[in-house]
Amino acid sequence: MGMQPYEPYQPKTRFGKWLHERLPIVELVYDTLMIPTPKNLNWMWIWGIVLAFTLAMQIATGIALAMHYKPDVGLAFASVEKIMRDVNAGWALRYFHANGASLFFFAVYLHIFRGIYYGSYKSPREVTWIIGMLIYLVMMATAFMGYVLPWGQMSFWGATVITGLFGAIPGIGDTIQTWLLGGPSVGDPTLNRFFALHYLLPFVLVGLVILHIWAFHHTGNNNPAGVDPRKDPDGLKKDTLPFWPYFVIKDLFALAVVLVVFVAIVGFMPNYFGDPVNYEEANPLKTPAHIVPEWYFLPFYAILRAFTSDVWVVQFFNWISGGIIDAKFFGVLAMFGAIIALLLLPWLDTSRVRSGRYRPMFKWWFWLLVLDFVVLTWAGSQKPEGLVPTISLIAASYWFAFFFVILPLLGLFEKPLSQPQTIEEDFEAHLAGKAE
Amino acid sequence: MKIRTVLIAGLAALGLAAPLAAEEGGHVKDYAFSFEGPFGVYDQKQLRRGLQVYLEVCSACHGLKYVPFRSLGDPDGPGLGEKAVKEIAAQYEVMDPDIGEMRAARPSDYFPKSPNPKAPDLSLMAKARAGFHGPMGLGINQVIYGMGGAEYIASLLTGFTGEEKEEAGQTFYENKTFPVGWIAMPPVLTGDDVEYADGTKATAEQEAQDVAAFLMWAAEPKMMTRKRMGFVGVVYLAILASLLYLTNKTLWAAVKRRREKAAAEG
Repeated sequence: MGMQPYEPYQPKTRFGKWLHERLPIVELVYDTLMIPTPKNLNWMWIWGIVLAFTLAMQIATGIALAMHYKPDVGLAFASVEKIMRDVNAGWALRYFHANGASLFFFAVYLHIFRGIYYGSYKSPREVTWIIGMLIYLVMMATAFMGYVLPWGQMSFWGATVITGLFGAIPGIGDTIQTWLLGGPSVGDPTLNRFFALHYLLPFVLVGLVILHIWAFHHTGNNNPAGVDPRKDPDGLKKDTLPFWPYFVIKDLFALAVVLVVFVAIVGFMPNYFGDPVNYEEANPLKTPAHIVPEWYFLPFYAILRAFTSDVWVVQFFNWISGGIIDAKFFGVLAMFGAIIALLLLPWLDTSRVRSGRYRPMFKWWFWLLVLDFVVLTWAGSQKPEGLVPTISLIAASYWFAFFFVILPLLGLFEKPLSQPQTIEEDFEAHLAGKAE
Repeated sequence: MKIRTVLIAGLAALGLAAPLAAEEGGHVKDYAFSFEGPFGVYDQKQLRRGLQVYLEVCSACHGLKYVPFRSLGDPDGPGLGEKAVKEIAAQYEVMDPDIGEMRAARPSDYFPKSPNPKAPDLSLMAKARAGFHGPMGLGINQVIYGMGGAEYIASLLTGFTGEEKEEAGQTFYENKTFPVGWIAMPPVLTGDDVEYADGTKATAEQEAQDVAAFLMWAAEPKMMTRKRMGFVGVVYLAILASLLYLTNKTLWAAVKRRREKAAAEG
């Protein structure tokens, strides 16, 4: 089952036939490239290709960097400087790799929010969604460990703070933290294992990405209208186009545009997204004035910090757990809970309508969630002073309210707008004729 | 107070506010350096003057341990001749691990680390002190006004007020730029601390800017190559994007027109 090309693969040459009988790999490539794709896909469906490209770029630049990098607390910082100064185009490798992480997360957030708006997580694509979320989690772990490798001040203190989160788990926390770090504090064993894992996890990502693509090739792509392509051959041909060449060319065009901006950032402002303090070598005796994670972790960092001991929810849980759940542990639970909410999304959304386009109330809550995400990013970058804790708390609360209250209830109360019968109808209404 | 903060944030978001100093870290002046902006380049004469200030003043305490002497000959950097590089290197002694003794440094060696253990190494200072992502952590000063670590260094060197205080046996000097207001480094640039070979008048302000520019180069010696790559990359990718745009348009035109015709006939 699953999406099949209009015409099955036929080997044409003698060698093609010979190979096909032994290993139908050409057929696999053909089936992947010629898959019928809803022809109404809009420009928000280009982030997948951007992400695939970025993963490949990160692996390629990363392998080259690993040839010059030394995972030793005494040598790491200097080896990165050597890469920047003495390795041929080493500065380019490093700046592409470091900014590549930003591009990766920028694209993944747009990809995730596109999925939320158009209901890409709904039946039958729950598994695609969950694999996607696992990809996101592995990405976060990889990026976090990668940031430790240059062994700058923020590498060290970021690692100290984040692994300290595991230390907040009651009872076994300290043991887990020591196990993760390979010692009582961030040090040489930590750097060595982070380097090993930072090299390993991208290949785990490749595996997960293959599963992700396999899963949605089996169910077919979602699309902005949220209706399935017709099953009969004639209807299918009217609703879809083969991936090659129509979407390959479209995606490559979009990728080229994204890369114009990306190369401009690498060329003209490569340190903009990084913390300047990371150009100081790690010093366990000198705590930086303001420890902040990289921008892509800030929303969750804001949630982590939002639940301080004066918040009544925290006090309540502290009381009913007999003091086991303190503010720090509550913050950790909230941070992981915020990500778990995304994992549970397919079962939290009770609406049967896939596309947010036909959900008049959902639309507004969705855009508020996007705004919420931006506010959380900003709040995470600020010192927890003045209005920041209040703003963080409100924004963090909305994150949970959206997933656990609003989304389940919307499906019951919302009156959806009428949806198009077919993808063809949607295509005619939105896209046809605009090319002239 | 809070209203003012919100107001400043609002103005900043619109890019209207004048460059604001860091949230912490006192006053940083927005100097106009030649290397700002996408097409900015190092001013080789300024780098040589800055090198002179470093060699004659700063190097008494501060090291440059990631900078090899040979890089002083880079055409994108100070661009000194082979002889001049050798002479500068020869002023320093380094430990030779092969013979186990000190010997005069060669161009292939690196500047030593800080002679004064309390003075930080300056190799990366211009990047490590680019920390005013302000206002409100949005980084607007950097994007619009090109403010970075070089501005911080020049401001710090000229930011002394002349006040001193003693604390736990150490003298601290009041500084408008230093984050906590009092710094252990004494004011060293007072004007005419060096005599410039190119005839530039060595005011304290001039020296501070020159050495800041030199330290920017020391921290980011590949900046000019990087910007050239960025420019070529952007142009090539823009052409590629245009061609792909036209290909995509042609490819889809048939699909869109066919449907339109069918709709008109139907």
